[in-house]
Order: sequence, then C-alpha cells, then structure tokens
Amino acid sequence: MSNKTSKAGGFRARVTGLPKPVKFLGWIVLALLAYALPLLEPPFISTPGVDFGGVLFVVTMYGLVALGLNIVVGYAGLLDLGYVGFYAIGAYTVAILTSFHANWPLLLALPVGMLATLLGGIILGTPTLRVRGDYLAIVTLGFGEIIRLVAVNTEWLGTSKGISNIARPPSLELFEIPHLNWDTGVPLVDFNDSTTFIEFGVLDQIPYYWMGLTVVILVLIADKLIKDSRVGRAWEATREDEDAAELMGVPTFRFKLLAFATGAFVGGLAGGLYASRQSFINPQSFLLLFSILFLAAVVIGGQGNRWGVLVGAVLVAYLPQRFREFDDFRVLVFGLALVALAILRPEGLFPPRRTVRAKQLEQELDELEGAHDGHDGEAAARA
Amino acid sequence: MLLEVEGLCVNYGHIEAIRDISFDVPEGSVTTLIGANGAGKTTTMKTISGLRKVRAGAVRFEGKDITNAAPYDRVKLGISQSPEGRRCFVGMTVRENLDMGAFVRNDRKSKAYKDDMDRVLALFPRLAERINQSAGTMSGGEQQMLAIGRALMARPRLILLDEPSMGLAPKLIAQIFSIIKEINEQGTTVLLVEQNAAQALKAADNAHILETGEIVRSGRGSELAGDDSVKAAYLGGDV
Repeated sequence: MSNKTSKAGGFRARVTGLPKPVKFLGWIVLALLAYALPLLEPPFISTPGVDFGGVLFVVTMYGLVALGLNIVVGYAGLLDLGYVGFYAIGAYTVAILTSFHANWPLLLALPVGMLATLLGGIILGTPTLRVRGDYLAIVTLGFGEIIRLVAVNTEWLGTSKGISNIARPPSLELFEIPHLNWDTGVPLVDFNDSTTFIEFGVLDQIPYYWMGLTVVILVLIADKLIKDSRVGRAWEATREDEDAAELMGVPTFRFKLLAFATGAFVGGLAGGLYASRQSFINPQSFLLLFSILFLAAVVIGGQGNRWGVLVGAVLVAYLPQRFREFDDFRVLVFGLALVALAILRPEGLFPPRRTVRAKQLEQELDELEGAHDGHDGEAAARA
Repeated sequence: MLLEVEGLCVNYGHIEAIRDISFDVPEGSVTTLIGANGAGKTTTMKTISGLRKVRAGAVRFEGKDITNAAPYDRVKLGISQSPEGRRCFVGMTVRENLDMGAFVRNDRKSKAYKDDMDRVLALFPRLAERINQSAGTMSGGEQQMLAIGRALMARPRLILLDEPSMGLAPKLIAQIFSIIKEINEQGTTVLLVEQNAAQALKAADNAHILETGEIVRSGRGSELAGDDSVKAAYLGGDV
C-alpha cells in the first residue's frame, strides 16, 4: 500500500507540475468527455437494460449530495445521519410551489427551495450543534425521519400518495445531436437516435444529466474557493480540536452552523433538481436508507477530499445500475465491499492529501528512529 | 494593570475547582501560578481565556470587564493561550498551525504578518526547519514550541502558558524557559502556570501558590524561591 500511495503522489506531482494552460486544457477536455459520455454510449460503461442518461443523471445527484455532505462531515467533522431530510425539504418545496399549491416556474421555485433548506439547516443546527459527537448523529437521524413522517401524515404535503406534475426546467430546443451506435463493434454515428439540445422531456434524460453535471461543476468550483479560504481553515481547526480552535479566535459554533447550513443548501438544490426530473415525489423517495447511502458515498470516497467523495458517489449510484443482473446480491456485495474497505483503506479510497502526507511522514520518522533526529522526541517521551 | 482577576469561583458541577481567587498581572511582567496537580491552575487559565464559565467573580483586561466574553473576543483583545498538552492541530503543517494562530488578524498579506512569522521562526529555529511538516509527526518539545509560536502569531498583549515544561527533558525545559524570558523581553506580558516550581519561580517577577483551589501565598518570585516552607513543599528542598 505504501508503494501505491507514493506512486499516486508522484502522479499528482507530475500533474500539478504541468504549465497552467496545459492543465486548463486538460480540464476542458475532461469536462467535454463527461458531457459527451451519454452520447458516446461506450460499451462496458453504458448500462444495458437501463436508460444510460437516466443513470448518469442519478449519478450527478449523488455527486451533488456527496459534495454537500462532505462539507458537513468531511470539512467540519459533524456526523450527519439525516442528510436526506434536507434533500426532502428541497424536493418538497419545489414540488409544492410548482404543482400542488402554486404554478411557479422551476427556476423561481428552485432558489426558494434552497433557501428553505438553508433555513431548515439553521433551525436544526442552532440547538443541536452545541452538543458534540454522538448526540449530533442521533439528533440528525431523528430529523431525517421526522421530515419524512411529516410528509406522510400531512394532507397538505400529499401524504403517502405524494405530489405529481412537478415542473420541468424550461426547454430551448436548439439543435439535434446524434448518438454513437456500437452494435457492430465499431462506433457509427446514428442519426435515428439523437438528443435535442436542450429539451427537458419525458423520455430522453440526457439533458437532465447535462444540467446535473453543470451544477456539480459549479458546486465543485465554489467548494474549492470556500475550502481554500479562511472559512475552510476555520472548519479544519474546529474539526481537529474545538477548544484549541476557540483559543485561536475561531467562533466554532458559528462556523459549524455555517458548514451545516451550506451543506443543507447543496442538499436542497439536489432535492429540487431530483423532484423536477422525476416530476413525481412521495415519502418513499426519502427513506433513511438514502441518508446511509449518501454517507457511504462520502466515507467510501474519502471524506474531506472533494474528488474522492465524487468517486464514492459514482460507485454508490452507478455500480448497482450497471450490474442489475446481480440485483439480488446487491446489498450483500455492498456490505462486503464496505468491510473490505474498512480493513484495507480505512480513510476511504482517496483520502485528503493531508492524511496521506501525515502517514508518509510518520513512516519516514519511523525509519529515522535511532538516527540523531529522533532523540529529542524519545527523550521527551521518556521524561 | 493588564489583567485583574477578582474573587474568581469556578465549579465543575458541584465540585468547587477554584474558590475566591484574586491576583493581578502587571503589564510587562512574568507572573506565575504554581501548585500541585488538581490545585486549580489549569481551571484558572481556562477561565481567563474564556473556555470555562465563572460562578462568581470578575476578570478584567486593561480595565475592561471580560468575565463573560467569548474566547474568540478575548483573542481579539490580545489574550492568547498555549494550552495544557499543547493541542497543536496535528493534521496541519507547522506553517498552517502558525497561520491558525493569526486567525483573528486580517493582515495575512502584510509585512507585519511576515515579520511576526519571521520573529517566531527566529525564536524557534527548529520550527523553521520543519515548516512544511505535519505537527503530529513532531516530538513533544517541538510541539510545545509550536504551541507557543502559534499563540504569539495572534500578536498578544498577554500570553497564557499552561505547563509548557510538561513531559519535556531537562535540557529542553531550560531552553523553553529561556525563550519565555526572551518573549517577555520583546514586550509580551506572560502568565505562566507550572508544576515545575523551581524554574517558574526563577523566571517570574510575581508568583502565586495555589492549593486546592485557593491562593495560599503570593510574593516576588525570588522571595518565594528562598522561602523555607515553599522550598520544603514545592522545591524538594534541594534548590
């Protein structure tokens, strides 16, 4: 494993060593590839039997949720077991405003839904973020369930029947883009199978994927800006040692609340987009299971690393769709994979660079033990 | 008077940790609180930095009542602390730790900030050598230096040092105390809590002895160091 990490470090060093324009170009190519993925329908990657565009859309929603939850869990170190509650608030707000009680356009309802979730985050966080660790996990767990049960039992929220006819995003319908067809083993442009740019219809889900991907990219950029700022450093200090952070002058409660509210905001955005795509929601879409899957995406990927949690989201959302034929064994395989991961890579597949660096240094120090550099430390430990 | 503590009482549940403690820290001085384990030294420190709520009494900084001020507001006023057990951010590098110390300052790109960083690294050349190393991989002595350096980065008027010699080898203890002296000479007032009474009394202008939550003796550092009963109780009679 140590070999692997140092190799990964070398790769990273080589990539970060590239000149800026080359790196920028690389990002553009990667993004274009990601956008083109459902049109290329590459064999082995595309999902037989399930609409590939639809799967990819769900993947972007999980990615969005993982990024939001990563702010709460990975950056601020707050264990949130009821994240689906925020997802539900966003989805229900959009649903109510665009179909059930009003006829708002989606683009107006979505920001309101996000604000409602932000408010939900503040209302839940203000009393609960004063307690530490385990208690927070229990309170958030309850919160997620309460939101769902409120939806089940409130006439005004459609009870268990749910809400249908939720507004779709506005379409533009500019031009058609043909897909590739791999039936003969070589890629052929198939003009009979095309996607309208940009029509948010019922059958073709690719435009929703494009929308989801765009939002993920925007959130990624915002995430990087926040993480590298004073706020990111305050979160990190608070996560590592709350008392010490206070002594540095960090108002830890305020920063924890900020993390909680920011995470909720992103969760609400994902929920709203999901409701719009499905056009129908009911309380079954917001089970406790989803909170656990969201958290699994963050933990598997490597909490604290935005790219890691994205990979985690892809794994959690994509693999079960790709290997549908093994549906019966899904939970079993998932459980085995988690156990294997806990043993082999306890910090997740892609832990933040910091964790890797600390590990490497520890190893180097171990090797140096006995050399004169380690002496002070040993003497200190003995004294 | 830079810091005034008056009639301070702090409880942990029903247990009185400190009872009616009063003392002053004059500007420019090194003041020390010494005493055995459990005497209430660290509780006093935490109360001054705001991590503990008081039951009765008052804390004033430059005449301003800060008894109920939040810890981060006290840092802004100019009180910073190197806590007991160092409490460095172990996942961060040395530079990031020092930078966290300057969290309340808004001048991270200024020359003043750079000068302060240079000053801390000059005080602790060891930290300069390890500037990009994770704090968690350093020895206890190095972490102690980092904790003091980090507190200095806030540019405090008053620095609270809680047991800086704890768990360190004698050679390192001497080094830490000479640095404390240097910090004081550069103009920062020091409040020092120590179990190592011999070194603390030698370094201090004023000293207070705590026993089971109360101040039992106060005086000049040198005066207490020469006192026979203090010698017997705290200095093992060999100083």
